[in-house]
Amino acid sequence: MKANFKYNLAWLGVMVLGFVIIDACEFLGIINTFIENMLVTMGINIILATGLNLIIGFSGQFSLGHAGFMAIGAYATGIITQNIATPLGFYLSMGVGIIIAMIAALIVGIPTLRLRGDYLAIATMGAAEIIRILINNFKITNGAAGLFNIPPLVTWVTVYVLMCLTTIITVNFIHSRNGRAIMSVREDEIAAEAMGINTTRWKLAAFVFGAGTAAIGGSLHAAYIQTIAPGDFNIMASIAILIIVVLGGVGSITGTFVAAMVLGALDTILQNFGTLRMIIYALALILIMIFKPAGLLGNWEFSFKRLSRRLRKESAIHE
Amino acid sequence: MLEVKDLVVNYGAIQAIKKVNFTINTGEIVTLIGANGAGKSTILKTISGIMRPVSGQVIYLDQPIQTKAVPKIVRAGISQVPEGRHIFPGLSVQENLQMGAFLRKDHQNINQTYADVYQYFPVLKQRRHQDAATLSGGEQQMLAMGRALMAKPKLMLLDEPSMGLAPIFINEIFDIIQAINAAGTTVLLIEQNANKALAIADRGYVLASGEVKLSGTGQELLANQAVQRAYLGG
Repeated sequence: MKANFKYNLAWLGVMVLGFVIIDACEFLGIINTFIENMLVTMGINIILATGLNLIIGFSGQFSLGHAGFMAIGAYATGIITQNIATPLGFYLSMGVGIIIAMIAALIVGIPTLRLRGDYLAIATMGAAEIIRILINNFKITNGAAGLFNIPPLVTWVTVYVLMCLTTIITVNFIHSRNGRAIMSVREDEIAAEAMGINTTRWKLAAFVFGAGTAAIGGSLHAAYIQTIAPGDFNIMASIAILIIVVLGGVGSITGTFVAAMVLGALDTILQNFGTLRMIIYALALILIMIFKPAGLLGNWEFSFKRLSRRLRKESAIHE
Repeated sequence: MLEVKDLVVNYGAIQAIKKVNFTINTGEIVTLIGANGAGKSTILKTISGIMRPVSGQVIYLDQPIQTKAVPKIVRAGISQVPEGRHIFPGLSVQENLQMGAFLRKDHQNINQTYADVYQYFPVLKQRRHQDAATLSGGEQQMLAMGRALMAKPKLMLLDEPSMGLAPIFINEIFDIIQAINAAGTTVLLIEQNANKALAIADRGYVLASGEVKLSGTGQELLANQAVQRAYLGG
């Protein structure tokens, strides 16, 4: 904990720097509404994909149901903030969304996490569809029409801060004793069990944690976009998040950041191309997968710890 | 220390273990030898709680443990080196060792255990920041043993530690098993390499088709005609 504190502080510095830069650009008018929109989408995607990467990359469970948990967060915020239109209402709604999403993940996870690979993917996809269809048919969620006029309680600052928070919490979780337990289950379930690790419990822990972060992403999405409908959370939405994880590198949070930014920028640039956009986007994905099959960064992770170890080694050589 | 009483274990529909009895006294090296499919690994998995018996008992330090969950059994001081090593390939050597100590509560003593393990296996210390996947087969076996030692076991279960290793590594591994035993850990050793196992064992049991056919001290079994014919190529 103490050793990690230093590196967390370094990351905090990076985050503050990032904030200052964006804020300065905003002040100077370099960032217009269009670009701000792009940045916020990137931030929300980073939150969603980081949680999914924890499930897929670190616990090794293939989930295709991330949009379902995102929908829970989005609707919690949509419904609650329409009644309590204050920032407090927003954070309350986010908390409610996280809790409901985690409970849903528990209910889904207990029977399905015994399954492996493709089977688990299909089961989680089914679970997300159930969530979407429930939302489609409830009165409180306004059915297929969805919710609109959700109070705009979120600015890019909220998204940025929450992105930093969820990332710090997720990365620390991964590097904790709990994270090692989760990774050991991914690496070798038999050995993990032999070490006395309750494999089902740790798979469930990663799944529930990931669902919680998906709900945060959903809450931010609802409050920023101000309109949500069940169709926003279909299987394609889950796949869009999956693409970020796979493209960045399964098991690399740094990769998730890079992929979310690259894809976000690509998507924005291609808007000028009209209908050609989706073709070029898809082509770019195919090319990246051909030339970088392990994702842009593989499972490489930028780490201040390793950097400082290397610098110390080098300075030792020079002396 | 450990007593297996009338143990019956099924593997699916097949009765893999048919009323097996044996004991391990504190401080001993006991070996179970036998051909492929004799049920050696099944017994080990039943002791460690990964498999459940149909009937019979496993009594460890005067407590029946055959219905206990694996974490409880590990915490009580039984740790195992699984067959085929089963290291965590994508984790570093040090992280692998760390996983062995996962259930330990006495965090202040863990550094001492690292030192002990690195003393048995100096190569692991050299490679502690490397991914475990980059180790050779013999080194991986050492890592699997080191990982089991990290739990500070009273009883260590070793499943085929010599499997697939070069002779030079086999000798080293068996020397270290003796050293670990001399330092106070009781050892249950499962082996196909009967020669090697009986040579270092205090006592041995010969298993065939899920039953104990013979038992005796290591030396007795080594000299036994039937054992020689069946397992030692004599």
